[in-house]
Amino acid sequence: MSERHSRPESDQWLSTRLLEWVRDRTHSQLAWSLRENTSVRLGGGVLCLLAVVAVLGPVLTPYDPTAQALESRLQSPSLAHPLGTDALGRDVATRIAYGARVSLGLAVVATAVRVSIGTTIGLLAGYLGGLVDAALMRLVDIQLAFPGLVLALVIAGVLGPSLRNVLIALSVVGWASYARVVRGNVLEIKDRPFVEVARLYGTPRRRIARRHLLPNVVSPVVVLATMNLGTIVLTAAGLSFLGLGAQPPTPEWGTMIAGGREYLRSAPWLITAPGVAIMLTVIGFNVLGDGLRDVLDPDHLEESDRRRV
Amino acid sequence: MGNRMLRTLVREAGSLTIVMAGVSLITYGLIFLTPGDPAYTILHERHGSPPSAAEVAAFRAEHGLDEPFVVQYWTWLGDVLRGDLGTSYVRSEPVTSLLVQHLPNTVALALAAMAVSLTLAIPIGVVSAVHRDTWIDRTSQFVALLGVSMPNFWLGYLLILAVALSLGLTPTSGAGTLAHLVLPAITLGSGLAAIVTRLVRTSMLEVLEAEYVDAARSKGVHERLVVYKHALRNALIPVVTIVGLQFGFVLSGAVIVEVVFQRPGLGTMLVDAVFARDYPVVQGVVLVIAVTFVLSNRLVDLAYVALDPRIERGERT
Repeated sequence: MSERHSRPESDQWLSTRLLEWVRDRTHSQLAWSLRENTSVRLGGGVLCLLAVVAVLGPVLTPYDPTAQALESRLQSPSLAHPLGTDALGRDVATRIAYGARVSLGLAVVATAVRVSIGTTIGLLAGYLGGLVDAALMRLVDIQLAFPGLVLALVIAGVLGPSLRNVLIALSVVGWASYARVVRGNVLEIKDRPFVEVARLYGTPRRRIARRHLLPNVVSPVVVLATMNLGTIVLTAAGLSFLGLGAQPPTPEWGTMIAGGREYLRSAPWLITAPGVAIMLTVIGFNVLGDGLRDVLDPDHLEESDRRRV
Repeated sequence: MGNRMLRTLVREAGSLTIVMAGVSLITYGLIFLTPGDPAYTILHERHGSPPSAAEVAAFRAEHGLDEPFVVQYWTWLGDVLRGDLGTSYVRSEPVTSLLVQHLPNTVALALAAMAVSLTLAIPIGVVSAVHRDTWIDRTSQFVALLGVSMPNFWLGYLLILAVALSLGLTPTSGAGTLAHLVLPAITLGSGLAAIVTRLVRTSMLEVLEAEYVDAARSKGVHERLVVYKHALRNALIPVVTIVGLQFGFVLSGAVIVEVVFQRPGLGTMLVDAVFARDYPVVQGVVLVIAVTFVLSNRLVDLAYVALDPRIERGERT
């Protein structure tokens, strides 16, 4: 900010103002096309609903998610218990609502860590090039050599079964796709005139990376992250289902399905409800991601990158 | 042309060596994430009580855990290269023979799932593309969305409930006969089918707009022949390569699906070993999965380069 005022009459000042004007125009146009996109509205709507349930869960339900009420065990859905009760008499709907906090929270945190690691590595590799690029890209290749779920499963298992360790495991795997996408975008734009101009003005490299390169990789990263959130919800539920994540009595969707399989025949609602909850969440992220891609980034992401765990 | 292919191969071999070295290092190093001392933790969890110092020392000596990390890793790597993956802590059997017992079931499941997915995805994707933006297209796109968004372990239980328990058509668990393979293959294949359907549709839409398809049309070739002979054949090239790249998805999915159907295989073997802290088995399974995954990806990449001379290596970021 300070250098803008230091030489207000210079070309740089003018070009900065011009860029800001263009950016503001594009932003309002962008906001408009986001609002007009059906997928964005549908996916965003589903996710907002889930977020409301997650936040307001305790207010919406009179029941406790973990307290046992053995006198009302395995009741089928009714007015008092819209999604029935489980083997310990706990209200399934309540546990689903609390489970939304676990799933959404974990997915968001894990994605944030992945995005930070992947974007940093991709930016460094693409911008610095040469040996740094070669070394970092080998690191990416090594990460991609392991199917995400397998690596996360082993890391979580070795650290010891717990929700925290699943979060750690899912945070440290899966950043490679971001690194590749960011690197590709940086390679594409780093020789464009506006970066060249900044360089000629003697702008420090860190500032070029932050001010000129980073803003241009935001769109593909946002699209990738949205798709990725759904995959993480699925993987985290899978790991909890295997017994590696949330431990009973924590209300978590995957753990709930694992607990319900004994009563598959007598109380099928025990696995139906958490399964539908997982599916709705993932649909929300996928639809929103599709919409965002159409608006922000029509042709940059390969299907194989989007689907990586 | 031959020269370029040779250079590509040499470069591939170089980067493959580096990747494999990294893979082996991570695979071996993972067990050192164990909280505290692995030998102590393993014995503690096995006996349910703190082991004595003598027991820990004996366990370390028996399994070579008393050496420095680098020496341990080097010894292990040397053994691996000679085809020796160590001995299971729990079952006192060589890991390689356990792998040989379990691998066929997983391979059968993976192949069956891929077959299921292609059988579903190719017709649905083509019909979707030909009838673009009609209700047929929208329905199939919606079904594909459900497919990618559904947890496969959940689908597995729904199928067990409907097909095995209610209708009694297939066994609920185990392996051995073709009947045992049906539900796991559908469970694992449907997720992949959803991804492949979208690919086939996109690829088909692109091809249908290509010039040679127009040319065929204007020659008066019947529309059905245009779609199924000219377009489909070309549309399937990218699809086949990307299906190859989904092998990791299939292996990951197989882990969970095998647990759902209690089907002996690499997945159940891995999960059991992780819970029992049977580290040689964990390392063996992870190594097999990673190496298979890397090699299949490289083969697909090479096939892609060989098939299409316009693609230079490195251009695909």
